[in-house]
Formats: sequence, C-alpha cells, structure tokens
Amino acid sequence: MSSEILIDPITRLEGHGRIHIFMNDEGSVDHAYLQIPELRGFEKFAQGRRAEDMPQITSRICGVCPMAHHMAGTKALDDLYHVDPPPAAKKVREIVYDTFMVEDHALHFFFLGGPDFVVGPTAPKAERNILGVIGKVGLEIGKEVIGVRKELRDLMTEAAGKAIHPVFGLPGGISKPISPELRDRFVAGAAHAVEFGKFSLQVFRDVVLSNAEYVDLVTSEAYTHRTYYMGLMDERNRPNFYDGRLRVVDPQGQEFLSFDPKEYLDHVAEHVEPWSYIKFAYLKDVGWNGFTDGPDSGVFAVAPLARLNAADAMSTPIAQEAYEELFSTLGGRPVHYTLATHWARLVELVNAAERMGELAADPEIVSPEVRTIPTETPTEGIGVVEAPRGTLIHHYETDERGLITRANLIVATQNNAARIALSVDKAAKALVHGPDVDEGLLNEVEMAFRAYDPCFGCATHSLPGEMPLIVEIRDLRGELVREIRRD
Amino acid sequence: MTKPKVAFYWCASCGGCEEAVVDLNEVVLDVVEAVDIVFWPVALDFKVSDVEALADGELAAAFINGAIRTSEQREVVELLRRKAGAVVAFGACAWLGGIPGLANLSSRESILEFVYQGSPSTQGGDGVRPQEETEVPEGRLRLPHFDETVRTLDQVIEVDYYLPGCPPPSNLIAQAVMALVEGRLPEKGSVLAPDVALCAECPRAETKPQDLTVERFHRPYEIVADPDTCLLAQGLVCLGPATRSGCGAVCIAANMPCTGCMGPTSRVIDHGAKALSAIASLMQAREQDEIAAIAGQIVDPVGTFYRYSLPASLLHRRVAANGARSAAGEPVGAASSGGDRS
Repeated sequence: MSSEILIDPITRLEGHGRIHIFMNDEGSVDHAYLQIPELRGFEKFAQGRRAEDMPQITSRICGVCPMAHHMAGTKALDDLYHVDPPPAAKKVREIVYDTFMVEDHALHFFFLGGPDFVVGPTAPKAERNILGVIGKVGLEIGKEVIGVRKELRDLMTEAAGKAIHPVFGLPGGISKPISPELRDRFVAGAAHAVEFGKFSLQVFRDVVLSNAEYVDLVTSEAYTHRTYYMGLMDERNRPNFYDGRLRVVDPQGQEFLSFDPKEYLDHVAEHVEPWSYIKFAYLKDVGWNGFTDGPDSGVFAVAPLARLNAADAMSTPIAQEAYEELFSTLGGRPVHYTLATHWARLVELVNAAERMGELAADPEIVSPEVRTIPTETPTEGIGVVEAPRGTLIHHYETDERGLITRANLIVATQNNAARIALSVDKAAKALVHGPDVDEGLLNEVEMAFRAYDPCFGCATHSLPGEMPLIVEIRDLRGELVREIRRD
Repeated sequence: MTKPKVAFYWCASCGGCEEAVVDLNEVVLDVVEAVDIVFWPVALDFKVSDVEALADGELAAAFINGAIRTSEQREVVELLRRKAGAVVAFGACAWLGGIPGLANLSSRESILEFVYQGSPSTQGGDGVRPQEETEVPEGRLRLPHFDETVRTLDQVIEVDYYLPGCPPPSNLIAQAVMALVEGRLPEKGSVLAPDVALCAECPRAETKPQDLTVERFHRPYEIVADPDTCLLAQGLVCLGPATRSGCGAVCIAANMPCTGCMGPTSRVIDHGAKALSAIASLMQAREQDEIAAIAGQIVDPVGTFYRYSLPASLLHRRVAANGARSAAGEPVGAASSGGDRS
C-alpha cells in the first residue's frame, strides 16, 4: 500500500525544512521532496534603506554566517561607490573572514554534521549531538574545542565589533585598524587554529576513514551525484574565500567557466517550484533541465567539496597535503560523493587557518590607513564571497543619494538547493523500504542534506524564514499513514 | 532530584540567537549540568512530537527567538506556551520584531512578486509561485501560511520575560538562565538587562558635551571618526541616548554608532519615537528651513530609528505608499485587505 513519511523539522542545520517522502505499493520510495516552509523578504524591505546599512541589515539573514553577508555586502559597497580600500583594510577584512571560516567549519564538524559519524548515524537521537561528541572524545578535548572556538570568536569581536552581526565594514575600508597587540593575538590564534585543524583531520581519519562501514556509506551511490562545481579562485585557481574569479568545472572536472563575479547574471539563474519557498539556482549556460545530474543538467554544487573540485591546488602547504590525500583516497578529482564534503570542510579549515597566519605575519596589516573616503556618486555594486556553505552574491542598485532601489541576493544554499533536493530524493530511494521505517534510517536521509551544511534561513531571506523538517508517509488514497516531524 | 527542563526555539529569525547560546562557551557545560534541554532544533534531534508528549507546565522555561510570520510558528509557540512555566522572548526579534520586522514596510504580495518574478536572476516568466498546496505526481505537498505582517512574540502569546539584543549578550543570557533555574524570578514582564541608556556605560561618555548640538549629520562612510570622541558629537547618528545598555558598547568600541538593537528602557513605549526625538532635539536650528535641511540629512528615518522595533511600535506597519516611495511599487494598503493569496 502506498504511503507517505513526513520528517518535520529536519535538525542540526540552520533554518527550517521538512522532508516529504511518497512511498508506492511495493513499499519503496516514489519521490522524496525537501521543502522549505519559510521566507522573510529582505530584498524587498532593503528598498529605501541606506546602502551603507546593508552589511548590517543583511547579516540578519543569517546569524550563523553573518560575517559572510557582512563581507559580501561591504564588497558590494566598494563597487557601488567605485572606491578601492587601502591594502591594510583588505587584509584585515580577509584575516577576519578566514578566522570566521575556521570557526564556522569547526562548528559544523563538531556540533551539526560530525555527530552523525562521531556518535553514529543511527545512535539514539538524544546522543546524536555535541554532548554526545563530548561523551565520545572526552571532556578535555571537548573543552579544547570550545576553547579554540572562543579564542577565534573573541578575535572576530575585537576586530569587527561583534562576532554575531559585525559592524566594521564600510565602503572603502573598515571602521577601525587593528593594533599590534591584536595582531599578536591573531598570530597566536592562527597557530592554535592550524593545530586544531590538524587535530580535526586526524579525528576524521580515525573515526571515518578507519571504519569500513563509514567509508562504504560515504562512497555509496545513495549519496553520489555527478554535477558541475563552482568556487571562487585566486589567480592560480586555488580557493580564496574573500575574493577572486568564479570558476566552474564540469562533471569530468574540466574547466567549464571562469568569470568575473560581476558577470554572475550571465551565468546563474534561479528556477521556481510551487512546492517550496526556496529558489533553485542553475547554470544558465547549460539550462534548467529538471532535478537531474550529469553534463546536460544545469544543476551545480557549491561549498567545500565543490570548491576543492573546482580548484587546481590549495594556497597553503598543510591544506595542499590534505587536498592530495582526499583526492588520492577517493579516486581523483572531481569527487562526487556528497558525504566527502565533511572531509573537504576540514581541508578548508586548515587552509583558512594557515592563511590567517600568513596575513598576521604581514607587517602592513597593522597600518592605520584603512579608509578611502568615497567621492563618486553610487550607482550599482556587486560583491561576492565564498560563505562557508558556498558562493554568496550581493547585488545592489541605488539612487544618487545611495538609497537602495533594488537588491538581489543569491545565497550559497540556493546555489546548492537543486543538488540538495536530488540528494534527499536519492538517499530516501536507496535507504527507505517498507512502511516500518526507523528513526535512525530517517536520520541517514537527513545526512544527505546535512553534508552541505545548508542554511535555509539564508536561502529564504526573501520571505520570513525558518526551516523545520517533516516526513509524511501516505497511502495511495492520500491518507496519512505516518508523520515524523521535527519542528 | 530531576533537573528542570528547558526548550529553545526559533521563529522568523536568523540563528544568531542560537549562536549566542553556543557562545556561552564553557558556561554551556554548566547550563547542561543544571538543566535538561529537551528541544533545540539547531543542535538536538528532538521533534515537536517530543514536546507534545510533555505535561502542561512541565517545562521550567521556553526561550523563544524570532518574530512571528507563519501559521507554523504560531502553532509551535502556542504549544510551548502550554508546556512552559515561563516564556522568555529571546532577542530583539521576539521582543520588538527585529530587522525581519522591517518587512512590515512591504506588502506580502509585493514580496512574493519581487522574489518569484521581479528579481533579475529569477526565471519567473511563467508566473510560478510557491503554493500552500501543490499537486505533484505522487500526491499533495503543503506549505505553511504566511501572515500579512510580522508580529512580536507577545502579540501572539503571553510572555513572562524579555532578553534584549541582536543577539542578546552572553553574560545576560547566562544570568537569565541561572536566575530561572534557581527560582530567582524577577517581576513578570521584566526586561532582563540594565535599565539605563547606553550613554551611561559608554567609554566615550566624558567626551559628550553637556549641551550637545549638531549642525550637520554625517553618514558613517563620509568621515573618519575619531576613536575616542562621542560619535554624536562628531555628527554620526548614534542611538546611545535612547537605547538600553548591557551590550558592553561593542559597536562603539569598533568605532561605529549604536543602531539600537538593545531596544528601549522601561520608561519608553515606542523605541523609534524616543530615538527620533532624542536625535531631533540635538539639531542646531531655529528656522523651519534650517530644521528641514538638517533633518533631510537623515535620509532613511524609518530604517534608522525603527530598525529593530517596527512591529512593536505604535506604527506597526506601513499601510499606504506615499508619493516619494510609490516608484518602488508598493500597493501596501490594497494588499492589507487580503485576497492576494495566489
């Protein structure tokens, strides 16, 4: 008898969502839909606001990655006012951004996605969380994780005003230079972050790679899609989170596009479905051909694994080693295993930590020259960064007073939305059979989206937003047989 | 002895309040020692059905962040109200509406129109929009209803206490949680923060002139502000005189003005109106045209003074587009009558 399963809300992610699984008479899955039930309307109420307030207003799209929105917004203001910040301002922005990247990736690995591996995908739900992780790795290590995170958050607070909802970004620079004392703390913080990154990679090796069952899970067809990948790259096609060109590789790993982010409208478009508030980004050059993978589908991915897939190398030595280990272990670039995103995230964590160290060692970073006062009339500006969870685009147009007339935002999770939808459907089809589905199995369906570290709060900035998860099981007549909700 | 049970939940919010709890750092471990967290979707896998299974009043406290915009949010907060002895409106959005509350400047219809058709990257030529019910080949999918406006938590359920800030400062969170756990309950309706204006704790307070007047307001990018002098005295619109303290003046420390996220003190009904009058009283002008010239330097009064508090204000929302804004295409008044559900 056909039926439906509803998982509501999905958990250990930012925002709200639900998964609706339709079963057929044979007891297998016909289709699983990931729905986003919320929206907030930021682009609309941005109209009439002062452009310079956008980095602070848009950070409220997401309190988990406020620094990403703040930075994309600030870069859009540079472009809007046709102003080039002094070198020290750019370096301070980048070191703060790398600090954020380390901290946010650590948060995902230890608090959100990691518990599925460290505690176990089908462990009791009361233990599948950070407290379970601490129970597994020990209180001392748990306190160390908390301690490093605190050190990094304190550095961000000191330099940017607040870690949650920073205030330091201005068109043409930043509101405050960093002192030599603070620079010294960044030097120390970077060193701790590098050690922490190496430790985290070792945890991944010990917990995941040494467990054949987990390796089978990571490399199983249930969590695999052959898609395009996008990331922001430096001049040598190495990932840079703060600035660069957008590069796209095809499912074979060959360069497909490399473009100035200001040309994003030529290459990225958004598709609308009636059953979700999220919009699904796709590559315009390929076109929207429905929820499918392969070279003829414009579906693409962003976030850590996509960035590594799109890169020729990493910009720092320890990350480069880790990058090589990942690809040699998993059969070469590109890797299409969604769950390998957890590993790629830790490679990036080390990369960001090493980059922090490089920038902290640069004498220019303490220069008091951190502002260029804009003199030109604002018109239009585009700012792009790599958020921890992928490419983030802010695009503003203003009147001559610098009041916003139109804002367009494409966030990381929208870029990933179609692939996430594919992942949830495919995992459900592979894993869910018969009407008696246990909670652990449904968690394995959730792991298909959790790997992306999705932010459905971000993705629904456009309306009032949040994301619970629901799985409904219905029979052929549409009668609800079972509903599993997490609100 | 069983530990008191608490729940954390989010509505129309950003997740920053959840991060603020994580930012308690090692204090989180003390909190976990003292209480059982039985619901917290960002971090724990418990579901609404787990909350439904609790006895009424079984939760010592529910900490709810975010404003209210959907039918789903209403249902969950009503459920938590039944289950909780105390409800704490956690953060600026739950207390005052917050930045998502600025959506009350736009109609629901105009938001949907822009997002699904008007935005330059959206391929919306066929007019497809999200529907509350959609027939797909396998069956029917549903989405929650979006209310016409954003509301504060206490416009939907009864609230016992308020924690201010965007997000609330960690030390205030820790104090509030421990006070509730230890039964040191303040007077119902209290805002759990110091009840004086930010200027009182500002490190630049001594540089604020007694008889401060402003002849010209600057926008933050127009000047390089001196890092030790009162920002108002430098012509930046700083809401310190009208905003509650307790944040540690962290924005001022970054050389940026206060934007008012901690909300008003207990003597103020409408934070935006208070902020507006505090700034207007500084204007150094006598003649009507002088006043207009200085006031005109504040180009976005609503976004400046009501940034965090529009839904809680006496204004609550914008009901009709004025001439200056009609270019933005905002048939707000028309949409408020409903019937725009596509």
